[in-house]
Amino acid sequence: MPFKRYVEIGRVALVNYGKEYGRLVVIVDVIDQNRALVDAADMVRTQMNFKRLSLTDIKIDIKRIPKKKTLIQAMQEADVQGKWEKSSWGRKLIVQKKRASLNDFDRFKLMLAKIKRGGLIRQELAKLKKEAAS
Amino acid sequence: MAPKNSKVSRNPNLIPGIGKYSRSQMYHKKGLWAIKAKNGGQFPHHEKKAKPETTSEKPPNFYPADDVKKPLVNKRKPKPTKLRTSITPGTVLIILTGRFKGKRVVFLKQLPSGLLLITGPFKINGVPLRRVNQSYVIATSTKVDISGVDVNKLDDKYFGKKAEKKKKKGEGEFFEAEKEDKNVLPQEKKDDQKLVDASLIQSIEAVPDLKAYLAARFSLKSGMKPHELVF
Repeated sequence: MPFKRYVEIGRVALVNYGKEYGRLVVIVDVIDQNRALVDAADMVRTQMNFKRLSLTDIKIDIKRIPKKKTLIQAMQEADVQGKWEKSSWGRKLIVQKKRASLNDFDRFKLMLAKIKRGGLIRQELAKLKKEAAS
Repeated sequence: MAPKNSKVSRNPNLIPGIGKYSRSQMYHKKGLWAIKAKNGGQFPHHEKKAKPETTSEKPPNFYPADDVKKPLVNKRKPKPTKLRTSITPGTVLIILTGRFKGKRVVFLKQLPSGLLLITGPFKINGVPLRRVNQSYVIATSTKVDISGVDVNKLDDKYFGKKAEKKKKKGEGEFFEAEKEDKNVLPQEKKDDQKLVDASLIQSIEAVPDLKAYLAARFSLKSGMKPHELVF
């Protein structure tokens, strides 16, 4: 199977280790075999080992090491944040964060909602079974 | 003249113990010559104040055999335990020990002994007005509106054990006497409970699902990691 996500200038990656854990960054230059120069809207441009990055499907069109303003503009035009939040990977992370931040009361309400939904599903299923049997 | 705030020495230390100026130089600096001149050549002399006559103390007629050390004076005043910042009046707490473990309960106030005053409310989960220790409680971030509740008359004495009346042991009537000694909750306490809970229950019913939440017990389920849970 060939690779689909390449390390290239403009590739959006997710930081999966370290202080910037969970942040979306753009690869703006490659330093050597192991490291890249990454940049994002609200962080200082830094070098990161590739092992700390998880490549995403999103790529933006920039030249090598753009100025911060240019980078931010390019990210907005390509709607990186929007694409990320629509992607299934991005949606999963959002749900994980929400679940982790639930209050004890919220967890209780969630349990009630799940029970209610399960009840409705079982009602429908019972109806369908009855129709199929008759 | 403006009052002098600090008593500064006129004789600065060159080295601790050795001043810059000699005795005669200090005599001049302090102006003792001027004080003498004012007083006509002599240094002013004041008569000693006569000490008032004290009645002579009787010598004690008992000396202990060994010298007993007097204990040090303890002026410490105990204050109530520091309340966690997450616990404010109206917070829902989860009780962790005792017969009500797992129950979610409303916090009313901290008593002067440091214990927390809580109530179920009784109609919702069977927990009465009760004292509980802060250490055996998890504070959730859910708050209930407690403005309509008056808890001024409840303090540690209200909850203290009543002094037992001395029982006279009659041999024949021993068993009967034991049976009668049942602890019945006085009607006054039941009324207090109802009074406190009345406005509480109203504010609880205003929030959807809160009543069912307080009625249910808390328990750890599979996959719940307490150190990662947000309460």
